[in-house]
Amino acid sequence: MASITIFPKRIVEWPCAAPSLLFNLQGPDIHKFPDFVKIVEVGPRDGLQNEKEMVPTEVKIQLIDMLSQTGLSVIEATSFVSSKWVAQMADHTEVLRGINKLPHVRYPVLTPNLQGFQAAVEAGASEVAVFGSASETFSKRNINCSIEESMRRFEQVITAAKQAGIPVRGYVSCTLGCPYEGDIQPAQVKKVVKRLLELGCYEVSLGDTTGAGTAGSMAAMLRAVTTEVPVHALAVHCHDTYGQALANILTALQMGVSVVDSSVAGLGGCPYAKGAGGNVSTEDVVYMLHGLGIETGVDLSKVIEAGEFICQALNRPTSSKVAQATNKSKPSLSRSD
Amino acid sequence: LRPPLIRRWFSSFLNWKISLMQHHCRLSQRIFTASVSLSTTKPLPERVKIVEVGPRDGLQNEKTIVPAEVKIRLIDMLSEAGLPVIEATSFVSPKWVPQMADQEEVMRGIQRKPGVNYPVLTPNLKGYRAAVTAGAKEVAIFGAASELFSKKNINCSVEESLQRFEEVMKAAKQEGIPVRGYISCVLGCPYEGKVSPVKVAEVAKRLYSMGCYEISLGDTIGVGTPGGMAEMLEAVKKEVPIHALAVHCHDTYGQALANILVALQNGVSVVDSSVAGLGGCPYAQGASGNVATEDVIYMLNGLGIHTGVDLPKLMDAGSYICRSLNRRTSSKVAQATCKL
Repeated sequence: MASITIFPKRIVEWPCAAPSLLFNLQGPDIHKFPDFVKIVEVGPRDGLQNEKEMVPTEVKIQLIDMLSQTGLSVIEATSFVSSKWVAQMADHTEVLRGINKLPHVRYPVLTPNLQGFQAAVEAGASEVAVFGSASETFSKRNINCSIEESMRRFEQVITAAKQAGIPVRGYVSCTLGCPYEGDIQPAQVKKVVKRLLELGCYEVSLGDTTGAGTAGSMAAMLRAVTTEVPVHALAVHCHDTYGQALANILTALQMGVSVVDSSVAGLGGCPYAKGAGGNVSTEDVVYMLHGLGIETGVDLSKVIEAGEFICQALNRPTSSKVAQATNKSKPSLSRSD
Repeated sequence: LRPPLIRRWFSSFLNWKISLMQHHCRLSQRIFTASVSLSTTKPLPERVKIVEVGPRDGLQNEKTIVPAEVKIRLIDMLSEAGLPVIEATSFVSPKWVPQMADQEEVMRGIQRKPGVNYPVLTPNLKGYRAAVTAGAKEVAIFGAASELFSKKNINCSVEESLQRFEEVMKAAKQEGIPVRGYISCVLGCPYEGKVSPVKVAEVAKRLYSMGCYEISLGDTIGVGTPGGMAEMLEAVKKEVPIHALAVHCHDTYGQALANILVALQNGVSVVDSSVAGLGGCPYAQGASGNVATEDVIYMLNGLGIHTGVDLPKLMDAGSYICRSLNRRTSSKVAQATCKL
């Protein structure tokens, strides 16, 4: 177990201004939130991928169909990764062909390499996603190659996607900390984000993979990234492992981010802390956004229904606090648009 | 002042160390962070006072009755964790709240750490007298921002309830005992629904002018969201100085930390919370209630805000009481950090 270097007393007692004053920061007016936030629903892919129970194809299809009815405009449907690595996604082609694709909803799929991309296109994908990392160690342990090598693989995918007129979304993991390296420098995150955008991603989702990030580290990271990247091209993908997700999302919104990834019922535990929470729940995010007067186009009660459905199928309780509270009490007192 | 560069280096070094700890097994050493992770919105307070309500508000809402020695041990562990204020018990009739029947035993049994306050709830003069006899040096009284809630809970209007407390206030003033005021339903009522920020401000003003040194604004059913929190604080700040305000957020809808963050951005620097998130919601069976102190401290540490609280010791106290209650912690930080 790592030992801690103790500097506590001296640092506490340093006569100093609050950090924000010390660094003379001026920020945006906190009352200015975006009018509209796009929710990217990752439950069927990122969520289910991290659930132990194998879910039959028809259940996945029904989940996605239910989510399509909620008003969500982006639903990550599946992943064209080798079933050897991710057994849960073995039925990717069947799922993509089986879902009822609504005209105003997009169904991106993960494509880690050219082979996956081609299979995705054959199966009818009209949007794909690639996954990079801000941490070298995480990249090597997760996808067995360095960040640079992964970028070269993605370049192939993005080139092919461009030719086929298929938009590509980028993901960067470990933006607020890595389970192996610990702290990740915001400058490093910026580097990877820029690369993905230069390669041709239309949007990059910044993932707090371990959930260890706080409002403070989120602000510092976004501040660094947005010096060279337009904020409208950014999304946040927060994990609730340490209960910080909504506060982190709030901070991101205050800094101009208007795309938030979340997972119905908070599907997808944390692979680095057994039994701990993972993805933030879509229900809880939508509740907060509606309470702030921010439009999402999402019908919260329908999301709760979809959440109940998948939790029954997985035989697990929901991780969404809104769902827990609403199921067990009088009708919700939250404001809905 | 040391030059910022050195401070940044120390902070990065500590951040790295702490991140490693957080992703390894059980934390058992003192963790301290002087992170330079920053809020880029309105400046945040340098220091936040945590008012730990687990032993009273938390346990009061737990079904399992906990023996006095367990309560005493919990409070002693919380004192060791560096919490500056620990709500110890409630001098309410055991007929209404059996969990608090051992109020005197608890009050006399705890080790009072110098510099730490141990307020107790005193719903009336009788309770106040008993509290002072048992050694209480600080008391608390409760109002509501909703008329219907007041009537359903304590069978009288808000104004009548405040008049009852006048007796307590008078006695406390004479004896030099500080009084903290609580207001429930500040962001919503289980009976009335929406609650007007103006009404909250009125009740806060009343409590403050009666002599309460601090007013804790409670989102009793956890329905509040950051927008409502900001709006409510805006109204209350007009009547009560910000340094005299605290927020008491419930996490029933998962909104507590976001609400607390906004409160801090609006100048609030006192936060109530409950170790291990003790105390479910009495209005939504099985749903969560109080926000977990561990999760609040984690956020404040990440913002570089000083609390004086030792997170690993706090988590020890949380594990202890959860074992005694035979329940799982509601703190996500505790769930993530402890080996399962």
